[in-house]
Amino acid sequence: MNDLLKSLNIAVETGKRAEAKRLTQSLVDSGMKPLDIVEQGLVPGMSAIGEKFKNNEVFVPEMLIAARAMKEAMIILEPLLAQAGIKPKHTVILGTVQGDLHDIGKNLVGMMLKGANFGVIDLGTNVDPEKFPAAALEHGAHVIALSALLTTTMPAMKTTVDAIRASTVKGIKVMVGGAPISQEYCDQIGADGYSPDAASAVDLALRLVGETR
Amino acid sequence: MHYTSLAIPTAEDLLFGSAPFPLTTRSGMVLGGGLVYPELNFTLPPMTIDAAAMPKVVQNYRQIIDGALTRASELYAPGVVIEFETLPPMTENPAWGLEVLHVLLDGMKREADRTGLASVLRMTPNDNREFERPPLMRRGRYWEAMLELFDKSAAAGAELLSIESVGGKELHDDALLNGDIAASLFSLCILGERDMRFLWTHLQQIADRHGVKCAGDTACGFGNTAMVLAEQKMIPRVFAAVVRAITAVRSLVAYECGAVGPGKDCGYENPILKAITGFPMAMEGKTSACAHFSPMGNLAAACCDTWSNESVQNIKLLGGMAPTCYMEQLIYDCRLMNTARAESKAAARKLQCWMVNSDVALDPQAFIISPDSSIKLAQAIVGADSHYHAGIAVARVACDLLSTAHAAGKVRIAPNEIHWLDTMREDLDALPEDENAFIAEQIARTDPAKFCAAEYGLTR
Repeated sequence: MNDLLKSLNIAVETGKRAEAKRLTQSLVDSGMKPLDIVEQGLVPGMSAIGEKFKNNEVFVPEMLIAARAMKEAMIILEPLLAQAGIKPKHTVILGTVQGDLHDIGKNLVGMMLKGANFGVIDLGTNVDPEKFPAAALEHGAHVIALSALLTTTMPAMKTTVDAIRASTVKGIKVMVGGAPISQEYCDQIGADGYSPDAASAVDLALRLVGETR
Repeated sequence: MHYTSLAIPTAEDLLFGSAPFPLTTRSGMVLGGGLVYPELNFTLPPMTIDAAAMPKVVQNYRQIIDGALTRASELYAPGVVIEFETLPPMTENPAWGLEVLHVLLDGMKREADRTGLASVLRMTPNDNREFERPPLMRRGRYWEAMLELFDKSAAAGAELLSIESVGGKELHDDALLNGDIAASLFSLCILGERDMRFLWTHLQQIADRHGVKCAGDTACGFGNTAMVLAEQKMIPRVFAAVVRAITAVRSLVAYECGAVGPGKDCGYENPILKAITGFPMAMEGKTSACAHFSPMGNLAAACCDTWSNESVQNIKLLGGMAPTCYMEQLIYDCRLMNTARAESKAAARKLQCWMVNSDVALDPQAFIISPDSSIKLAQAIVGADSHYHAGIAVARVACDLLSTAHAAGKVRIAPNEIHWLDTMREDLDALPEDENAFIAEQIARTDPAKFCAAEYGLTR
């Protein structure tokens, strides 16, 4: 079992989709619980490539190849997880604020969060402030992640934070990021955390939900 | 291809301050006619833009233009280019964009009357078409508002028309993140080419109607996105360098439709375009660090005809308001270049040599737009029989130039990037020769929710 898990870690990290699928199926057939396969077989593979990315050893395309391998494996596991009533432990609502169309950074954050086994609901770009708390309520989310890339859409980030705080969603954490955003601005608008780049966003999200990697 | 030979066939003649086909403005500035002019661009500090905020918006722009032009006069600038790049709400509501435009034109006239400072305004409406998802490229309220702003701006006195057009961008961001050179070619040389031809045909009609000039476009949303992602270590620098070479095929279309320069400042592909067209080009480098970083701050000036700062917020620095500070920096850079030119072509070449040599070996993206590389890449483009084949050809030459230079120790490429050159070559070799086959292959890979083929005159 341990050998199979180790091989699955490597298959995900190196983006070998067919191999990841085959190994996942073998683990399922051997009776291992689906959540254990996710947590011990897939997430460590994504974490390893994530670490390499953080250390500037690989680039986003290599990360995406790994993410696709994990996705292939999840096609086998998702129905089993749903059958057992298991959902991702934490869900993040993600989006670029109103008036802003930039989505590269947001998409990277989403990919990395998925790799760390967060449930991710991506609302897209140019998102109305009210849609964030509404989606958080609908999906029982724990974190809302906001992105803005223009100085002129930074105020929309504050409007969104205000809308979240004024909503019936209580206790939810808000994290922010984007080129013009800073820790100071984060504090100023009452958000809970700022991430300077996509690579650090997972650590921040984990910290906000009270977990560490 | 419209261009089948180079207007500037040798690297020795690809030099700052002169272009075979200079452009004379109404105020008598001759762009590409022997002097490099400063080109200032600016934006608002963090603030909301809506009807209620417009008085404050206008106040900002009045402060910017008055401060910057006063400083330009004090420093005896021979002339300045003012670029007004609108923010999205100003294109969506043309009346707001026009209100600001009038403030800028009034400021330029006031300074001309006061001190005789020559100036010209480049109008660059923000391309909002991607606000619709999938983007509507040829119709709809964003298209209509953008054309209205172009038309009324030209009528009001904006003499140079430019844009950072976005055709193909809805697929290109993913191409970059996936390191997918085929998808990049599809975005730039198939979609970008078709959108540019449609857009710039309309812009040329507007320019003709009002007696103004189409200046040029830029693949900013493509090549500069790649550059910034490479700077953030998201994608390999060699990949960004090859994408930069391909962007020249896309940006060239504006000139095929009648644009005469100066090419837009953030088009780092402009040295290649200058070699092909002979038109003057704006460039930006070290003085655009206020907007984004680049690995070619000095080299970027090697072939420029106007020298720009990309964009700076109207915030207070120790020296004064930021746009005024940047006007001063640009003027000093231009003075140096113009002094070298005034001495002799050999002196200008020497200065250019220092600009190039200070950056060229340190980054593949700098290497790829050096005068030597630009000429070779330009030759690959004009030697092709279609934009698709030009894209493939220029990408292949870019890979070869980088490999050869790296092997000779002439350019630094990180060890974890070297295999990317082979990967890109393999991807290029696998492309179909037939353009229609390539288009069908690529369209089949796209998501209809993100991309509408009909908006580019293609069928799914």
